[in-house]
Amino acid sequence: MKKLSKTTRDNLITYAIVIVAFAIMQTLSVTGHVSNSLAGQLVPICVYICMAISLNLTVGILGELSLGHAGFMSVGAFTGVIVAMSFSGLPGWLRLVLAIVIGGILAAVAGVIVGVPVLRLRGDYLAIVTLAFGEIIKNLLNNIYVGVDGHGLHFSMKDTASLGMDGGTVLINGPMGAPGIQKLSTFVAGFILVLIVLTVTLNLIRSRSGRAIMAIRDNRIAAESVGINITKYKLMAFVTSAALAGMAGALYALNYSSILPKKFDFNTSILVLVFVVLGGMGNIRGSIIAATVLTILPEALRFLNDYRMLIYAVVLILVMLVTNNPTLKAGWEQIKERLAFWRKPAPAGAEGGGSNE
Amino acid sequence: MNIKKLLAVLLAAAMVLSLAACGSSTDAAASSAAENTGSEAAASEAAPAEAASGAAIKIGGIGPTTGAAAIYGTATMNGAQIAVDEINALGGVQFELNWQDDEHDPEKSVNAYNTLKDWGMQMLVGTTTTGPCVAVSAESNNDRIFELTPSASSVDVIGGQTDGIARKDNVFQMCFTDPNQGTASAQYIKEQNLGTKIAIIYNNGDAYSTGIYNKFVTEAEAQGLEIVYTGTFTDDSANDFSVQLGDAKSAGADLIFLPIYYTPASLILKQAKDMDYAPTFFGVDGMDGILTMEGFDTSLAEGVMLLTPFSADATDEKTQNFVKTYQEKYGEIPNQFAADAYDCVYAIYNAVQANGVTADMSNADICAKMIETFTGSFTFDGITGTNVTWSDNGEVSKAPKGMVIQNGAYVGM
Amino acid sequence: MNLLSNLINGISLGSVYAIIALGYTMVYGIAKMLNFAHGDVIMVGAYICFCAMSYLNLPPVAGVLMAMVVCTLLGIVIERLAYKPLRQATSLAVLITAIGVSYFLQNIALLIWKSDPKVFTSVVEGWGGLTLFGGELRITAVTLVTVLANIVIMVCLTLFTSKTKKGKAMRAVSEDKGAAQLMGINVNSTISLTFAIGSGLAAIAGVLLCSAYPTLMPTTGSMPGIKAFTAAVLGGIGSIPGAMLGGILLGVIEIFGKAYISTQLSDAIVFAVLIIVLLIKPTGLLGKKISEKV
Repeated sequence: MKKLSKTTRDNLITYAIVIVAFAIMQTLSVTGHVSNSLAGQLVPICVYICMAISLNLTVGILGELSLGHAGFMSVGAFTGVIVAMSFSGLPGWLRLVLAIVIGGILAAVAGVIVGVPVLRLRGDYLAIVTLAFGEIIKNLLNNIYVGVDGHGLHFSMKDTASLGMDGGTVLINGPMGAPGIQKLSTFVAGFILVLIVLTVTLNLIRSRSGRAIMAIRDNRIAAESVGINITKYKLMAFVTSAALAGMAGALYALNYSSILPKKFDFNTSILVLVFVVLGGMGNIRGSIIAATVLTILPEALRFLNDYRMLIYAVVLILVMLVTNNPTLKAGWEQIKERLAFWRKPAPAGAEGGGSNE
Repeated sequence: MNIKKLLAVLLAAAMVLSLAACGSSTDAAASSAAENTGSEAAASEAAPAEAASGAAIKIGGIGPTTGAAAIYGTATMNGAQIAVDEINALGGVQFELNWQDDEHDPEKSVNAYNTLKDWGMQMLVGTTTTGPCVAVSAESNNDRIFELTPSASSVDVIGGQTDGIARKDNVFQMCFTDPNQGTASAQYIKEQNLGTKIAIIYNNGDAYSTGIYNKFVTEAEAQGLEIVYTGTFTDDSANDFSVQLGDAKSAGADLIFLPIYYTPASLILKQAKDMDYAPTFFGVDGMDGILTMEGFDTSLAEGVMLLTPFSADATDEKTQNFVKTYQEKYGEIPNQFAADAYDCVYAIYNAVQANGVTADMSNADICAKMIETFTGSFTFDGITGTNVTWSDNGEVSKAPKGMVIQNGAYVGM
Repeated sequence: MNLLSNLINGISLGSVYAIIALGYTMVYGIAKMLNFAHGDVIMVGAYICFCAMSYLNLPPVAGVLMAMVVCTLLGIVIERLAYKPLRQATSLAVLITAIGVSYFLQNIALLIWKSDPKVFTSVVEGWGGLTLFGGELRITAVTLVTVLANIVIMVCLTLFTSKTKKGKAMRAVSEDKGAAQLMGINVNSTISLTFAIGSGLAAIAGVLLCSAYPTLMPTTGSMPGIKAFTAAVLGGIGSIPGAMLGGILLGVIEIFGKAYISTQLSDAIVFAVLIIVLLIKPTGLLGKKISEKV
């Protein structure tokens, strides 16, 4: 057998983890061995995995801090709702696919609108501008009213009365969000979306464009001097990331009967950023694991009642310290050495320190 | 090294705690009493009684007890807990309450709901806030679990409007619906001739506030009231109201309608006073609680009118008992949220006594029986209203009381 | 007259942002980290002052001092436990830790002080403020005090960083950590000192924030924190006069946006202005241009 390259092997392991995890969960849930609580979290976990992978593309691979990722998610989410509800005649799976695809496209458009001006900035200034865009999108969504009736879609920026509807349904009701969503998302759909996002991202990273993007991250000036078109590649990574987030948003929205614009605020952006940093910058597998663990953790801590979020905060701080402080990190590695079964087939070095600039 | 660091963090936490505790000596006793409110208290108090009279009916509760909306969730949790404790002490039908936090987020709320289902919830008191409730009520409708919400007031919670979602027949409300309040407020203002030029300040990032506003405007038009100014704010800009108040003043408004919660309302009152602007302020049930905010100068609220089903200084025995117990247990005067949750549990209790629901019945059977009772000739006397009934579409029917604040207390109008 | 009164309202809102932004910018300038827990230290400061005044019946001055002491200690403890171990780590790791600290402070405040809002008694209660043009125009006492405090703090910080040895060490650390260390400056303790000062300033900011807008909840600090961060960036993060300018401007923009464009879209307007400013001047109004090394 031909020896696989290290990256290929690494990627295959990542796919394998996702597929095996899905197979196990699906078997368990079909046979009724999964608690309601966990079953209810399967789709959100898929959503957050997609969000984390897509943000990792911006933060880890492109090397630009984005604090407004939830904004793209919300564009995808609300577009997805409108699409899914307007094609009520089609079968459910097709509506879901349409919602995800069109949600992704509109989020990509938003990505271009945001990306073109934003990517001229650097570092923390870029971060604050993405935060600003996220807040602007949220503020606009709080003022958007959309309804559908026999004549088609109606939009308004004022209130439901000014939609001028002739019967029909109000789909998006300003701050009340989308109140009457039909649940279309399933775990299988979530799994497929994760695979798609994973494939797109891993292939992008391994392609010529991906190498150019990483070259920009590692040394912009050097990259420019060898003729890499900085704007083009930056925008390519940013827009792909936005599109993937939009797709995740559509999946998310169609998993709940109601979504609010409030949900897609700064805190959600930060939540996803935490997944990325905790999983390791540029480390896709790390993002997947971190998103899964940190989505389940607050739910698993419910028995702590009022102390739940406090403990969550402490865990977060401790994990950051353990994985980033040289002394503690060394101690942690030692523990890992001792627990032989803890070792994964991949070399430990590839895990955390993927790409610390 | 690892352990040392952990220890250091814990020590720091202890230090922050103790530093703060010495700063708030009066609160310390209250907080230690309140800390064991969750399911532990329910379990420990219900346990002996449970042994005596068979299994307790498992009631789940959902509301935000952390995050920015924690005031509302905590109040409902406490109110429901008091009712459960009182009912269990009577010895008849036994309840067990399990309250879960949802951080005012539909996603977390559905998670909390699923957790409660794993626990074996048979009926749901919740959720406290509107947005999450719309998501949860769809789930409970699907699972056939009876749901009575203390304070989620949007019509989307119960469903059944012409341009929205279908009726969720298992969901009932203890609070007024938003449209109901908007309409009632406009009618009240017109009937009592409280103002001719009306300004409105509402939170356009909040479902409750926007819901009332929309209906108020429609009804005000029908009643021939003149709206001279409409201003909005969001949770992100709920500090400074100088522009909204200034514009209302220059528009010559003599009544400002505030379909908002009491926290921003207290700021509006203060800033209006700072600019020497004294129109009539008219609030809705979210305004209740303003007088009991710790440190609030009640003279600012002098003359404020509000429509509310509950007032903590009502003289009837039930209310007084509830307020007394609440104060003893949690060190605060209960607001309308706590009262609604208290009534929710008692309404369920009365219904259960009437229809003979027991803990060993299936959720679907309980749900069917409860729906039958609530939509039947069932009436309920609680602290937020007497002769309370429910319509087939889940809306409550009770009389809002018009209150005016005089000398720091509610006086009926 | 309307314009003038809106301008004054804007300045009074902006002066609150400015005073929070001063703390942000100070820490960022030297430690190069976005301290997202700053807003929550502000909240703790306000609570301490509230408790001192309401429960211990101390005079406002004592309350403010107590808040400053507690916040400074808190800042030192946070820095020692959560940030110092990460000196060599990426700035993102520190950012996430700061977010963890922010969650921690909010939740511990929720446990201690409960969720129900407290109404903060203004520390300048009883002072009338200024009334001009026969009542047409008002400037509240809090605004006067906040603007004054801003100026005093700005001048003190500027003097401190340019005249004293410690202050010069701070500037050296912010220029180049490695070179500063070679010159015999203790980088670690300099950064710790910055945090202590920043947290002390947060206490003052908290007291003034709550004097102006007197509702106090565990989440009180988070939104003003983000707005102040925006203000600091607008003025050029790391620049002390920039923070003040950015804060005042942000307040004025917010009020003018509400007054003359739309109250519904006021948040969007504020952030849109920020984006436009940064596109024209990518390092903020008074920020230094960063020259890049190859």
